[in-house]
Amino acid sequence: MLGEASLLENPDQLNEATLIGRIRDGENELFYELVRPYERRVYAAAFAILRNEADADDVAQEAVLKALKHIRQFRGEAKFSTWLLQITVNEARMRRRKDHSDLMEPIVDRQEEDGSYTPRDFADWREIPSESLERTEVRQMLAEALAQLGQIYREVFVLRDMQHLSIEDTANALGISTASVKTRLLRARLMLRDLLAPGLGGAWSGKASFAKGSKPW
Amino acid sequence: MVVSCEEVWAEISNYLDGEIEPSLRVAMEEHLRGCKHCSAVLDGTRNVINLYGDERMLEVPLGFSRRLQRRLGDNTQGTRRTFLGWMVAAAAAVLVVGGFEVGKSAGSNPNMRSEHAETAAGIPPEMTVIVSQSGKVFHVAGCTFIHDKTRLRALPASEAMREGYVPCVRCLGQYLS
Repeated sequence: MLGEASLLENPDQLNEATLIGRIRDGENELFYELVRPYERRVYAAAFAILRNEADADDVAQEAVLKALKHIRQFRGEAKFSTWLLQITVNEARMRRRKDHSDLMEPIVDRQEEDGSYTPRDFADWREIPSESLERTEVRQMLAEALAQLGQIYREVFVLRDMQHLSIEDTANALGISTASVKTRLLRARLMLRDLLAPGLGGAWSGKASFAKGSKPW
Repeated sequence: MVVSCEEVWAEISNYLDGEIEPSLRVAMEEHLRGCKHCSAVLDGTRNVINLYGDERMLEVPLGFSRRLQRRLGDNTQGTRRTFLGWMVAAAAAVLVVGGFEVGKSAGSNPNMRSEHAETAAGIPPEMTVIVSQSGKVFHVAGCTFIHDKTRLRALPASEAMREGYVPCVRCLGQYLS
């Protein structure tokens, strides 16, 4: 169980611990309150692995139902959110194996993970304002670049950089070492940078996919 | 210590996450000052982290929450309860909802600069933090994710939150729920 000191330090954790206790005692109808703060994360983790909206939607819901079914097995050694994401990752991986989607993985997934990576594009990026994300085409461009990464890189990147999990929690959720998280994260970030440079970073370097005066921000 | 471009690329991710030894950080900063290519790699990588780290990139399909609630509802129906059990459940729900409301009103500012803010539980109110005039986020000094470095000011965390700034998920991640 969670330590008393940590509960006192974090009221949200107290709420969560209380909710878990009540659900364990049979108040299953409170479960949605418990998972509500994490539902987007659960979906994003499933999508990172499956790359298909319908499958990710279904698997995310299956994962939440599985978590409810096994809530008594949650001992509180890890955060509830990490435990929930672990279940989601496992469910999504199982679905992927079942559908033989592994065979459809991009070539980058087969690259040597430990080999050094040389950035390909040296376009001088200026800061891209987050307001640019209001534009669907920018979000679409980012999503497409992410989909081009191999699964092992996508998983780590989504949990660490999109869901802001710590390196340790990312490692726990994926069942890999923290060293692997760091290696894959470096590769994922640099690959995304290279993939996006022609559209975002290189927009002013003359080889942009956006015509002059029509930059996406 | 002198580092090569290859060494900078290999450590750029750890550099941005603040996961390197101070001596290596100093050597990298020295290198970055004189290397246009590595500076471009650093800026581009930082952009990638910032853009993908935005809440707007975590979209769920329309109706996802509703479908999830319905499936959970289907799975929790049929749980037999005594009258006393229902009374306890109702009281608990009131307490929980009340708790959330109290938590929301205590931990958030109605005029937050970002609608994607995370709850900042446990940030010491007197902790000195840094904000930029044009930004939405407050940081600890030295955070590599401070963008507008020209108009910075230091103030207590409680003051920053009162002004609607939200905590940086990178340098203050340990305090976020």
